[in-house]
Amino acid sequence: MPDLLLELFSEEIPARMQAGAARDLERLMVGALTDRGYLFEGIKAFAGPRRLTLAIAGLPARQKDVREELKGPKTDAPQAALDGFLRKTGLTRDKLKVEKTLKGDVYMAVIERAGRETVHVLAQIIPEVMAKLPWPKSMRWKPGLSVRWVRPLHSILCTFDGELVPFSFAGISSGLHTRGHRFLSQGKIEAKRFDDYAQKLKAAHVVLEADERAAIIFEGVKQAAFVHGLEMIPDEGLLAEVSGLAEWPVVYIGTIQDEFMDVPAEILQTSMRTHQKYFSLREPKTGRMANRFGLVANMIATDGGKEIVAGNERVLRARLSDAKFFWDEDRKHSLASRVKKLEGIVFHAKLGTQYERVERIEKSAAEIAAKIGADVEMARRAARLCKADLTSGVVGEFPELQGVMGRYYAMHDEENAAVADAIRDHYKPVGPSDAVPTDKVAISVALADKLDALTGFFAAGEKPTGSGDPFALRRAALGVIRIVLENKLRLPLIVDADLLSFFADRLKVALKEKGTRHDLIDAIFSLGHEDDLVRLVARVEALQTFLKTDDGANLLAGYKRASNILKIEEKKDGKIFISEVNESLLSESAEKALLSTLTKARAAIAPLLEKEDFAGAMKQMAALRVPVDAFFDGVKVNVDDRQVRENRLNLLAALRVTLHQVADFSRIEG
Amino acid sequence: MAKASTFQDLILTLQNYWAAQGCLILQPYDDQMGAGTFHPATTLRALGPRPWNAAFVQPSRRPSDGRYGENPNRLQHYYQYQVILKPAPENAQELYLGSIRAIGLDPDVHDIRFVEDDWESPTLGAAGLGWEVWCDGMEITQFTYFQQVGGIECDPVCTEITYGLERLAMYVQDVEFVYDLKFNNQFRYGEVFHQAEQEFSVYNFERADTEILFQHFEDAEKQCRELLTGKRLALPAYDQCIKASHAFNLLDARGVISVTERAAYIGRVRALAQACCEAWLESPMGEYKPRFG
Repeated sequence: MPDLLLELFSEEIPARMQAGAARDLERLMVGALTDRGYLFEGIKAFAGPRRLTLAIAGLPARQKDVREELKGPKTDAPQAALDGFLRKTGLTRDKLKVEKTLKGDVYMAVIERAGRETVHVLAQIIPEVMAKLPWPKSMRWKPGLSVRWVRPLHSILCTFDGELVPFSFAGISSGLHTRGHRFLSQGKIEAKRFDDYAQKLKAAHVVLEADERAAIIFEGVKQAAFVHGLEMIPDEGLLAEVSGLAEWPVVYIGTIQDEFMDVPAEILQTSMRTHQKYFSLREPKTGRMANRFGLVANMIATDGGKEIVAGNERVLRARLSDAKFFWDEDRKHSLASRVKKLEGIVFHAKLGTQYERVERIEKSAAEIAAKIGADVEMARRAARLCKADLTSGVVGEFPELQGVMGRYYAMHDEENAAVADAIRDHYKPVGPSDAVPTDKVAISVALADKLDALTGFFAAGEKPTGSGDPFALRRAALGVIRIVLENKLRLPLIVDADLLSFFADRLKVALKEKGTRHDLIDAIFSLGHEDDLVRLVARVEALQTFLKTDDGANLLAGYKRASNILKIEEKKDGKIFISEVNESLLSESAEKALLSTLTKARAAIAPLLEKEDFAGAMKQMAALRVPVDAFFDGVKVNVDDRQVRENRLNLLAALRVTLHQVADFSRIEG
Repeated sequence: MAKASTFQDLILTLQNYWAAQGCLILQPYDDQMGAGTFHPATTLRALGPRPWNAAFVQPSRRPSDGRYGENPNRLQHYYQYQVILKPAPENAQELYLGSIRAIGLDPDVHDIRFVEDDWESPTLGAAGLGWEVWCDGMEITQFTYFQQVGGIECDPVCTEITYGLERLAMYVQDVEFVYDLKFNNQFRYGEVFHQAEQEFSVYNFERADTEILFQHFEDAEKQCRELLTGKRLALPAYDQCIKASHAFNLLDARGVISVTERAAYIGRVRALAQACCEAWLESPMGEYKPRFG
């Protein structure tokens, strides 16, 4: 079966948009074709600096014929209904059939549409798909035309079964030609089929596939580093980006001048990455940053790359001189002297300056330190200094080095090592894969920092919404949860109800990955008095284990039954049953047995909970299963005797209260 | 191809190249401004339907970039070479690459690339899509398709090409310190400008009288507004907008404008720019009235 080849050739497409554009082009074409009844064997989209390409294999040469039966109005319906149906179907009355149905005779229209030649269908849908392609940012470029593309579009190559698919978009008629590499190829290239196209492009120094370009770069840097006895510092994001910046990637190795090698590696690496898109290399044994870098050009230079390497080294020298200048200047002022300058940096219009924030963090870090047994003075000091690097030149240039630089400056000022580390680590964890701080001073500041942001933004009414979380509060809450849990900190979260429920939601997300049921978290949270995350998780885990046992599952069923009865009867009577059970009113052995087990369990559970022996508490509850089952088997609750009935309801209520010591079982699903 | 061996050769080469492409070769605008884009030949001419092709050198003042003549490549006064092509020609990139060849950067031995960089000027209410052009990892040009100026959609779209001349010259001459550039065969760049950089850095950061500057800002704003009422004078009004913008840049360098105030000042300059652009579109050269028929 025939194939489609489509190439949209433009000026340079931003690297970050290429993969998305390829996906969208594929998705929209699949949609347009399936809407028109097409099936095909395969589809693949490619994106690179100057072109989007789509190849579809095994697309039928003709659209399928379509036969459709449409049911119309009844034959005795008013004329207007019939007219409407005729308009809709485009038929005349004599073309309609009449069919007998249970409701009477109705008109039926049979519509037969012969499938069109695929080439015509494509000529129609491709411009529509192109118009719909959702670029993150696009532009107008043709006078008098409102049509947009990511950058000026220059040509369209489109063939089906080796023949031109004729259409036009933005005043550009489709054709059979494209171009190769901007500098390594000349003139037009004619291509009619994908294989031929890919082959000719390769000859014209264009690697079509992004993955292949990435592999060339990865291997290239790896090999070149190996030659120097070095290895590359992996950087997926950078690799993806540079793969979108070269049609024919060529790796060269450059040298960093010695005078910069005593600048912190983080600065060198960040400067090289963000400004120059260079790969950093390191010594495999020590992990020390090496004085070489990998650069990716889009050019096989006629001089073997001498000029390119020299040029890049020169640019890097200028860049690193700037960075080194900042680094040298920054150390002329102590971190402590920078704290006051934070008065000039607004943190958020409603939450004051960074200085005010530091004051709050300092106070709260000291409180947390006291509770978790950290050195209070050190926590206070670290908190005081933790944002001071925001006024430094290096952080001004590379905001992502906040904290990291603070640590360097603190060490330069001969602050305590724990204080210096805490300054760096108080931002942690910065993502789900980042480690949490484990030193207690760092923990104190990290928690104080995050809780301050959370309480502040919540109080200012800047809560995250379904789609937006501009202040990264979800990440902050998750950070708090991870720091507390992973360090097993016994620290009550003293926050308002709104924020607590936000934490509960984050906790569910965090524990979901570990397979913890979210309803069990609710069952503990809704007790309302559990603000200790470590204990909460221990309870949830014990509960989850318990519910997996037979006893647990049955007890839950018994609880549900008891609570349903209570709900109905409490509604009926308009009151809640909370009174003591009157033993003298118990007659059946099953109810007596339940009461005595309940009394025993209740007495036993409280001290176990006190000791945080949740498994022990669960074991006590397990003992309730048999008497509860027996009760429902042998005892009727709703008897005529009012006193007996109420007493039995009070007994069920006692069961409810006992179980609620451990968890709100009504929140448990299933 | 011979490399442009001096700073003035570089300028002359670009002048000749773009003149050959049919551009008007204009002279620098006689007001202090932060970038060539502020030149009315760009800001105002980018708007309206009339075709326009021009190229010119524009001294650019960035008071906060002053480094007392000590930084190898940062200057508070430097030169931009600006080309404005309206409507954007189909072969704009090719024309640009021609200019790169003309000044002696051979794409066969260099790595020339177009890296995404959408340009935006909040003070002018202007924005466009384009790239910074890299030569061996060095940004040598800003290449933009204007979409909007003064908050008004450009139709037709024009191409703006801005070369940072000192940077480009440093690359071509293989010089690491801007003051070492050969201005011509007799004088170095430092002989021409080093003292100016030292003195103006002192002025920008220490001596500029902020009270006077605040007054300049207010006055320029007031005069601009006045010129846009009654019989509107788009060009003189726009001069006042340029002056207000420069006063703001100086105040900013003096560090007397807080973060929140900053946004407000930028907003005020933008409002002036916008009003000037609107007035321009109603002026004889801004609007389009076919003379015949």
